[in-house]
Amino acid sequence: MSALAVRGLCVEFASARGIVRAVQNVSFDLAPGERLGLVGESGSGKTTTALSLLSLIRPPGRIASGEILLDGVDIARATPSALRRMRAARIALVPQGAMNALNPVLTCGAQFADLFAAHGAPGGTARIAKLLASVGLGVEVATLYPHQLSGGMKQRVCIALAIALRPAVIVADEPTSALDVIVQKQILKTLLAVQRDIGAAVVLVGHDMGLMAQFAHRIGVMYAGRLVELAFVRDIFATPRHPYTRMLIDSLPGFGARGVFKGIPGLPPSLLTALPGCSFAPRCPRAGPRCTVEMPQTRILEGGGEVRCHDA
Amino acid sequence: MVGYLLRRIGMAVLVMFVALSVNFAIPRLMPGDPVEQQLAAVSAAGGQTGDMAEAAAAMRARLGLDRPLAVQYLAFLANSIRFDLGVSVASYPQPVAEIVLAGLPWTIGLLGTATLLSFVVGSLLGAMLAWPRAPKLLKFLALPVVVLSAVPYFILGIVLMALLGILWPVLPVAGGYPFGMVPNADFATALGIAKHGVLPGLSIVLASLGTWAVAMRGMVVGVLGEDYIMLAEAKGLSERRIFLAYGVRNALLPQFTQLALKLGLLVSGAILVEVIFAYPGIGYRLYVAIGQKDVFVVQGIVMLLSLSIALAMLLLDLIYPLIDPRVAARSA
Ligand SMILES: Nc1ncnc2c1ncn2[C@@H]1O[C@H](COP(=O)(O)OP(=O)(O)OP(=O)(O)O)[C@@H](O)[C@H]1O
Ligand SMILES: [Mg+2]
Repeated sequence: MSALAVRGLCVEFASARGIVRAVQNVSFDLAPGERLGLVGESGSGKTTTALSLLSLIRPPGRIASGEILLDGVDIARATPSALRRMRAARIALVPQGAMNALNPVLTCGAQFADLFAAHGAPGGTARIAKLLASVGLGVEVATLYPHQLSGGMKQRVCIALAIALRPAVIVADEPTSALDVIVQKQILKTLLAVQRDIGAAVVLVGHDMGLMAQFAHRIGVMYAGRLVELAFVRDIFATPRHPYTRMLIDSLPGFGARGVFKGIPGLPPSLLTALPGCSFAPRCPRAGPRCTVEMPQTRILEGGGEVRCHDA
Repeated sequence: MVGYLLRRIGMAVLVMFVALSVNFAIPRLMPGDPVEQQLAAVSAAGGQTGDMAEAAAAMRARLGLDRPLAVQYLAFLANSIRFDLGVSVASYPQPVAEIVLAGLPWTIGLLGTATLLSFVVGSLLGAMLAWPRAPKLLKFLALPVVVLSAVPYFILGIVLMALLGILWPVLPVAGGYPFGMVPNADFATALGIAKHGVLPGLSIVLASLGTWAVAMRGMVVGVLGEDYIMLAEAKGLSERRIFLAYGVRNALLPQFTQLALKLGLLVSGAILVEVIFAYPGIGYRLYVAIGQKDVFVVQGIVMLLSLSIALAMLLLDLIYPLIDPRVAARSA
């Protein structure tokens, strides 16, 4: 029994130039207590996927098709009141850019209080103090306003908010991207500790493969709105099957020659026009004639991984 | 906090001081000698003409203009602080302060009420227009209000006067109270005063409602796009609570700044409305004084204008930390 099942998720944005297909046919299962990392370059649809999981896509975007199953309820089609009850209580969000994620005119304590009030949950200062302590913050933070906190502290408050009702799933969208390396590690440690404590499954979005390898059980690689590879951390680093995954791993900074920035040549394709073949084909060193005409389907590999590539 | 208060009050005093100094300097920097002009006017009118130089010296001495500039300046400041603004030339020897004070309650009553009313109704309307599920009908009804805000208030005033005062005469079109009424502290007096305020008040409200609504709608839409609204949704808060306690609450902050500015400009804000409706407020008195070249009355009213702006800003500075903790932090 999985904690969360995503089936054929498609998300579109209506724009003046046409329909942007930001997420296309993404499917994955999340086991209880599992930590799944989602990586991919900017614009690959990570945030869009993450927000869909709580049905937080705003117009002009919409979940065009697919199912997001949690406790037997399809979040993509749940009623507003059912959604409201599930959010934070069953599936919680740690937002991208915690800098502006807290209401500037409310104290942190008040932002916990309205969460408890919305769910009819017992709150109180003692409960808030305990939550703050679990993310390494002092009780006095409850009386402070967001602008009185550092970026790292704000991110911790967001994590404490996310675990407040002990949800089954936590979706964390680049919780560390605006922070320095030391604070990044501390925040991930905190997230790991609270996740273990409440036994929640986590979807962690990021683009740092190295950081992700230390946190996640499995890693999903997104490219142009599609999940192109999904495998256990060990397998994906040892034997990356998709050429894009390989290039991502190869572009990790190592001890190579000075002044050489390894990267992936070319740019991701426009999401406005649907290519008939693989969306990575134009940049792929291994692309054959088949790749530009036929969309590769997801194949299950022996080790439990999945890949979307004709050549893998 | 005490330091903040003192700094703000000090600032207000400084603003007043500068305003007073400018008020002192401008008539003295203007080309031509007012005394000689006055005497020339008298003689041109066929008045008594003796030794011009002697008459001018006498007049200068009477007005204190023969003393050194520094002495004049200090005397002016001292008098201003005591609200001794000199005497009216046109209705000599009535003190200027008396004229100004007589007009003040009318202006504050009419314009204060109209400004607050359009702020409240306009902001409410703007917030409702920003409500994601606002009924289409509301947007439709709001359109004329927004269009009206493009019409100057004095044009609206004239149109209203023609419609409700003359074509279909239900409301008085001039004055601040029924003609010949002896004011008493009773209901009839209050009703009479209120009736006279309706048309001028309505023209101001109608003309500014749209501006408030459009500004508020823009602010709410902006706030609703903020990251913290998304997190509030992710926390499972109800749509209503997010809209009111997060959206509208935060969008009101800049509206309050606008309100304070508007209140500061109250005295001069709608001079033309007072003129059109012969409303006995400050604006009307200013208009009359300008017509009569009553320099001291004009000067007194201009001074009141600076004073009210300084006071409004001070009030805003004192209230703002209570509604926006970020300002409180910067000011601590
Ligand atoms: N409101 C919107 N309107 C139109 N297109 C949008 C909108 N939001 C996102 N998109 C498009 O969806 C695609 C995916 O965006 P998304 O934010 O999910 O990327 P991401 O992988 O999270 O990138 P990053 O690493 O920069 O956060 C982008 O190409 C973007 O142009
Ligand atoms: Mg993102």
